[in-house]
Amino acid sequence: MSAGGARLAFDRGAAGRRAADVPRFAGTPAPLPDARLLRDELRLPELSQPELVRYYTELSQRNYGVDSGTYPLGSCTMKYNPKLNELIAGLAGFTDAHPQAPEEAQGTLRVLHELQAALGELTGLPAVSLAPAAGAQGELAGVLMIKRALEERGELAQRRRVLVPDSAHGTNPATAAMCGFTVTQLPTGADGSLDRVVLARNLDGSVAALMVTAPNTLGLWERGIEEVAAQAHAAGAYLYGDGANLNAILGRMRFGDLGFDVVHLNLHKSFSTPHGGGGPGAGPVCATPELAPYLPAPIVGARAGDGFELVRPERSIGRLQQFHGNAGVLLRAYAYMRALGLDGLRAASGLAVLNANYLRALVREHYDLPYGGPVLHEVVFSGSRQRRAHGVRTYDIAKRLIDYGFHPPTVYFPLIVEEALMIEPTETETRESVEALAAALVAIAREAAEEPELLHDAPRSAPIGRLDEAEAARRPVLRWSPGLDP
Amino acid sequence: MTAPPELPPDLRYTSEHEWVRREGELAVVGITDFAQSELGDVVYFELPAVGARAVAGMRLGEIESVKTVSDVFAPVSGEVVAVNEALRDRPELVNSDPYGDGWMVRVQLADAAELDALLDAAAYAALLLGT
Repeated sequence: MSAGGARLAFDRGAAGRRAADVPRFAGTPAPLPDARLLRDELRLPELSQPELVRYYTELSQRNYGVDSGTYPLGSCTMKYNPKLNELIAGLAGFTDAHPQAPEEAQGTLRVLHELQAALGELTGLPAVSLAPAAGAQGELAGVLMIKRALEERGELAQRRRVLVPDSAHGTNPATAAMCGFTVTQLPTGADGSLDRVVLARNLDGSVAALMVTAPNTLGLWERGIEEVAAQAHAAGAYLYGDGANLNAILGRMRFGDLGFDVVHLNLHKSFSTPHGGGGPGAGPVCATPELAPYLPAPIVGARAGDGFELVRPERSIGRLQQFHGNAGVLLRAYAYMRALGLDGLRAASGLAVLNANYLRALVREHYDLPYGGPVLHEVVFSGSRQRRAHGVRTYDIAKRLIDYGFHPPTVYFPLIVEEALMIEPTETETRESVEALAAALVAIAREAAEEPELLHDAPRSAPIGRLDEAEAARRPVLRWSPGLDP
Repeated sequence: MTAPPELPPDLRYTSEHEWVRREGELAVVGITDFAQSELGDVVYFELPAVGARAVAGMRLGEIESVKTVSDVFAPVSGEVVAVNEALRDRPELVNSDPYGDGWMVRVQLADAAELDALLDAAAYAALLLGT
């Protein structure tokens, strides 16, 4: 990259330049606080307005988002976020609502109430709380609800184990452990579903819950999940569903109908709300009427006469955060659902599955597919062949995709697939863009065989080349100082 | 694996890819070359304190690499009498010299017979070839 491109705001401009004029203060000056608390040497950037605008424009142009191109990050459902969502969430009636005066925000409450009902309808689990601020917090809420229910059944002392398949999201065992349970990992069979013999052996009176990611991280449906649910219930355990991969089954299958007791959803995945840059997210938790009393507070209830109010469920596990949930995210998800309707949501999940399978068909001869057969919303290839035959790793393949203009997919996850390349195109991608991504993957497979150094050195076209991630983690430089080479 | 890996013949191995070298009543423990290669660049260790008790088959510590975080299991039981302090500043020693400078802990063997239950180099090589 050019040296100029790496200059920070501190290295630009000149002493005395300003981007804006601040009016002279005309009031009565207040006395200064203790002078010892004031710093007299604070180096601030001094830039003219055009310099400042060019600086931020330059930075923004280095960004890569779903608005710039294909972003097939597996397990993350990086679908396009329709701009209508922004328009709706930006309406003054919503943005002017104050969280400390919730009763006055009747319009917002009504929308959130309708969203609760819609998510209850879509999941078949009618008791819904929108309070969790992210998927992992939704999981935490769900498992805490199970824990509270077991406590009231007087069985918590003996039910200390949570069973988690090795094809689950990594947050599942972490959540169970955070809630004080012991995690037993269950192996996946050759067909990509739970090994039922091992499951039966483990399901006994010591089990609090079985946590299933459905569809799982291989992009596959858990076969015979209804039987699994019946088995879990017969053993007195709850069935927890990680609904992060809802985009595969939206409008086609309902967790409640299959026997799940509680699931969390990721609105920032399935319902097209932004989740680049770490959030904010929303991870509503949906449960059976049996678990409804334990939902995290608050939930939106309809008042006896008319209107809506925030209520705390009878034996709630409590609050998860300050205020009432990430309302801005919830509004965007609501806008998305209302714009598409049930038929539209069903069409979206159909297209998402079609895209993943089309990509799988176009690429499968060039990469290993440890779990063959049709997939749902995502497909997990393995770079084992490239590693063994050509000394090229999945990491190199992912970096090379940047040179082809694509965001790399998720790599090295799920852990049960060696050199995993986990690709989720979502319904956003057109036939042409799926074909272009496939063509890039095929071209990279050829390069791995013929010119592997192209992959080892990738990316070459990005503003910054291959980063030394190991060095960055071993000896991180956490603070900028003048003269530090960026 | 395409070729049998080079394995020090004097060590014992576990199916979880730890190795043990007996030094009298002490046992030196580390992770194998295969393990470090699968993990990729190692960036951080969580090791037990000197004086901690290692129990064969139970978690001994944790290794974080740029790819993943993995548990390290104790191949043998006994008191931890030394920890490789060099790994704190230079975790890359595990990548560059897994059987030497990349050792992790020394354990005072509670029961030397436990070593006999572990894999020898030939058995471990067979396990790697099977993966």
